[in-house]
Amino acid sequence: MARALVHMPAFARRGAVIEIRALIGHPMEIGYRPGADGKVLGRDIIRRFTCRYNGEIVFAAELQQAIAANPYIAFYTRALETGSLEFTWEGDSGFAHAETMPITVTG
Amino acid sequence: MQLRPTLLALVLLLPTLLLLLLLCAAPVFADDTRRSGAEFISPSTRAMQRDDTLNPAMLAVGDGKLLWQRKAGRSDTSCAGCHGDAALSMRGVAARYPAFDAHTNAAINLGQRINACRVRHQQAEPLRFETEALLGIESYVALQSRAMPLAPPPDARLQAAVQRGQQLFSQRIGQLNLSCAQCHDANWGRRLGGATIPQGHALAYPVYRLEWQGMGSLQRRLRNCMSGVRADVPPPNAQELVDLEAYLATRAAGMRMEAPGVRP
Repeated sequence: MARALVHMPAFARRGAVIEIRALIGHPMEIGYRPGADGKVLGRDIIRRFTCRYNGEIVFAAELQQAIAANPYIAFYTRALETGSLEFTWEGDSGFAHAETMPITVTG
Repeated sequence: MQLRPTLLALVLLLPTLLLLLLLCAAPVFADDTRRSGAEFISPSTRAMQRDDTLNPAMLAVGDGKLLWQRKAGRSDTSCAGCHGDAALSMRGVAARYPAFDAHTNAAINLGQRINACRVRHQQAEPLRFETEALLGIESYVALQSRAMPLAPPPDARLQAAVQRGQQLFSQRIGQLNLSCAQCHDANWGRRLGGATIPQGHALAYPVYRLEWQGMGSLQRRLRNCMSGVRADVPPPNAQELVDLEAYLATRAAGMRMEAPGVRP
């Protein structure tokens, strides 16, 4: 089950710095471990995380094997205008997940 | 000058607030020496448990919430179809398990109860032990009892299970010839390898363990300990494991639930 939890304020004042917390369920299999049958499990990790604010990239990260399962990424951005933030996770074997969160900017 | 009344109010309020905080932090009874496992873990892991936006177990809760609404089995009913809103109907339920089951004439744990419901009422296949789906529903149900005191049912029929569990707790097992009590009653707070030995109160299950990089039930923890002392590990849901769970619940009775928790 691909599922993600994103926590961020739904309302912010223009220019305010907001914290965004993104957690996704993913095994982050490193590709070196043997499975129950003794065969090496293929690598299955998230390669890239991107956050777009009204289409513009405001944060991105490349993920590697050393990152534990269910990666949690927290970062900050500045609230500029009302709209939405789109979060995408892309990984091995065509893994892709997207979440969208609305934000209302006042003042 | 205008600030003075505010300052005065603060000076008066602060000690009251501090006293209140101290009272909240105190254990159930003043002379209660029982301590939650959360007190033995690092501040960063504790912070993960305390904040739901950091707690990876909330992913399992999300799974459980979805499954609660999903229709299953020949009856084409969901959990919500009978029980409605889990926030109301499941409040305090996890705090009362293991309970006595009249059908099997034995103690059953929350996971077994969920599966019994699936088989009997939803007429669906039982969920396999330790799967994401079962742990998800368990986590979702357990969350509804968070911060409530553990309240094992005062059921006379449960006594046999509790007594057997108590006997198993103090019975030496395995090549290391250790009982649960030797670590968790006699040596808690001391170190075993790199970790501090907790008192073994199961308040946070199902738990997200950083070592497992995933969720696990109390039985996974118990079976882990048993293989740790190099004993024969009973199969999943073996009655001795459920009886141990029943004893642990009475041992931790009155302590506050933390499920779904985070442990190193």
